Amino acid sequence: MSDSKPHDPNQMTGAAMIVRALADHGVKHIFGYPGGAVLPIYDEIYQQSEVEHILVRHEQGAGHAAEGYARSTGLPGVVLVTSGPGATNMVTPLADALMDSIPLVCITGQVPTHLIGNDAFQECDTVGITRPCTKHNWLVRDVNDLAKVLHEAFYVATTGRPGPVVVDVPKDVQFATGTYHPPRKSDVHISYSPRVKGDANAIRKAVSMLAGAKKPIIYSGGGVINSGLAASKLLRELVEVTGFPITSTLMGLGAYPASGPNWLGMLGMHGTYEANMAMHDCDVMLCVGARFDDRITGRTDAFSPNSKKIHIDIDPSSINKNIRVDIPIIGDCGNVLGDILQVFKSEAKKPDTKDWWKTIATWRARNSLAYKTNNDVILPQFAIQRLFEATRGHDTYITTEVGQHQMWAAQFFGFEEPHRWMTSGGLGTMGYGLPAALGVQVAHPDSLVIDIGGDASVQMTMQEMSAAVQHELPIKIFILNNQYMGMVRQWQQLLHGNRLSHSYSEALPDFVKLAEAYGGVGFQCSKPGDLDGALQEMIKVKKPVLFDCRVAALENCFPMIPSGKAHNEMLLPLEANDEATAAAFAGGKALV
Amino acid sequence: MEQPASAYFMEERHDPNETHTLTVLVANEPGVLARVIGLFSGRGYNIESLTVSETESHKHVSRITIVTTGTPMVITQIKHQLDRMIPVHRVVDMTLTGRSIERELAMVKLRGTGEHRVEALRLAEAFRARVIDATIESFVFEITGNTGKINQFIDLMRPLGLVEVSRTGVAAISRGPEGM
Repeated sequence: MSDSKPHDPNQMTGAAMIVRALADHGVKHIFGYPGGAVLPIYDEIYQQSEVEHILVRHEQGAGHAAEGYARSTGLPGVVLVTSGPGATNMVTPLADALMDSIPLVCITGQVPTHLIGNDAFQECDTVGITRPCTKHNWLVRDVNDLAKVLHEAFYVATTGRPGPVVVDVPKDVQFATGTYHPPRKSDVHISYSPRVKGDANAIRKAVSMLAGAKKPIIYSGGGVINSGLAASKLLRELVEVTGFPITSTLMGLGAYPASGPNWLGMLGMHGTYEANMAMHDCDVMLCVGARFDDRITGRTDAFSPNSKKIHIDIDPSSINKNIRVDIPIIGDCGNVLGDILQVFKSEAKKPDTKDWWKTIATWRARNSLAYKTNNDVILPQFAIQRLFEATRGHDTYITTEVGQHQMWAAQFFGFEEPHRWMTSGGLGTMGYGLPAALGVQVAHPDSLVIDIGGDASVQMTMQEMSAAVQHELPIKIFILNNQYMGMVRQWQQLLHGNRLSHSYSEALPDFVKLAEAYGGVGFQCSKPGDLDGALQEMIKVKKPVLFDCRVAALENCFPMIPSGKAHNEMLLPLEANDEATAAAFAGGKALV
Repeated sequence: MEQPASAYFMEERHDPNETHTLTVLVANEPGVLARVIGLFSGRGYNIESLTVSETESHKHVSRITIVTTGTPMVITQIKHQLDRMIPVHRVVDMTLTGRSIERELAMVKLRGTGEHRVEALRLAEAFRARVIDATIESFVFEITGNTGKINQFIDLMRPLGLVEVSRTGVAAISRGPEGM
């Protein structure tokens, strides 16, 4: 057969298009697990070197690893999994990424188009199942649509309020040949155009409100981190120019440095007393990229009752969802903060907040993060503080699982920069931290990456230790081991008459032997005096580590706003004796 | 210490509910209706009536009309949540514009003879309902109008031998020369 036509380089198989599109979007790493319905794509991956594939041990691990990768770099995390169980195992990370606005592009294999709807082997309705836990998803039935859909997927995941997307590609589409094109503007739905620039009028009004404040507060969230490094810089500048106190949600830690003079600590259910009291008593609140969720507000009808509220958010549906605000500004945090700063500098001067700072100083003096020291047993708060001290001077990234240890990490580890703190905020996914650390380490191979975990959480995704060993990713899993699901137990103590139903881990593994079995390194420490030395040893190791830090079994996480209570009804640690606790929770209206 | 009956106690809001008619223009692509309906069921919003059809085939645009109830805060949420879906072009609250016409169509089947049959015909005429099928012991009426008029007609037919009703749900359009 003679072929006189020149070869068109844009003619290729669907599988080749996928790898080509990844390269065109600058993707260096993907996380995945092979299976029947993605074999053509794995075959293409095998034959190139632009995109590196990280093999995990369970698809959920791939998803969280991609989240950690995305959160620590600001780039989209990319996942490749097979049809059926591969896709359903991704549901948790997708839901997690949707709640925390993390950009993920997940490519799933699907059974061939002629078998869809046939209950074929490893078939599931992937777009149906993932529809409520993605920002958008696509099933591609024609290879000639594939390039457009892939480019749109990257665009949708990374613009506006970021989020996870799924592209479901049947196996016959992967094999079929069609025409590829590089990314272009017309790939995107004309109906999708997120608003970046804030309304100038609203910004002007906001500035005059800020300038007239006597008791102001800035409440920032994960949106500032998502907006990029520039947004954090602008936030710091705004704090400096205005002299306002600043607090942040769990997701927003690091946007303003914990060592900064205006930092009040995290707010919310386990936030500091000064942050919550300042939120409650303020007269002007500037909410930047946060969404007034129930862990932040407590009782909504008693939330910051006397303040005027300004809310900057890129997602109009976040406005007035839980709390009515006076000045909504729809736009990208960085962009709007830039405009606010400019107007503030030219038209306003620093308001006098001396009296307000005096009041705040009295709240600070209550020392709401205090705990009783102990020379015999390691207290979890102490462990985090020592870990923080041990990592000073290192290029450190922290991930966490979910529970008490997560709150202690948020309270006692000081974050100085954005993108250094990866945690599952909205969905509260136990098992997030270990694979997330894996993803962070892939993105930052020479940095110190530590997962602060609990003994229960880490066992949910422990299998990824094997992936860490395979890819020589020296992640450090620092386990605060109290042999309980600590936060579950705390709630059972406070709200369920101390009936500790199934919150005790009867048969914990020997974490040191477990680490060794995987080919990593294990540590165990149970004496406060030995901790610093052990931590130094852990940091020196260039292999994956499980650090079994035996801590006080019954320590609880304070301060705490009993849920359903207001910000000024906090329970402080040193005052949380049985009587005060009982009173605080009497007739308690617990949200969850 | 007294225990609450449930740890899942949620505070109820007591703002009064309002009924709103929303018109949603969407890209006509597979799954778009499932997205819209899934949003309502997933977030616990009400659907009183829903109609869907492609209206501009050359642009692949479909028009969804939804009648929903909720507090003003919930109604606003519904609109924002719809608007941020990727294939949604526009969401218009027809109730807020105050200048919309709403119609639905119902087909109403009656079975009966004698006086009931005569009375039904008389009422149908008063309501401008047309007879679109007849046997010696039954009628099917076709009636268009707003929801209230159709409800009233059906209520009147009930004692006269009502068998079944099929309704299209509400379609809405704005008054005057301007389009959406």
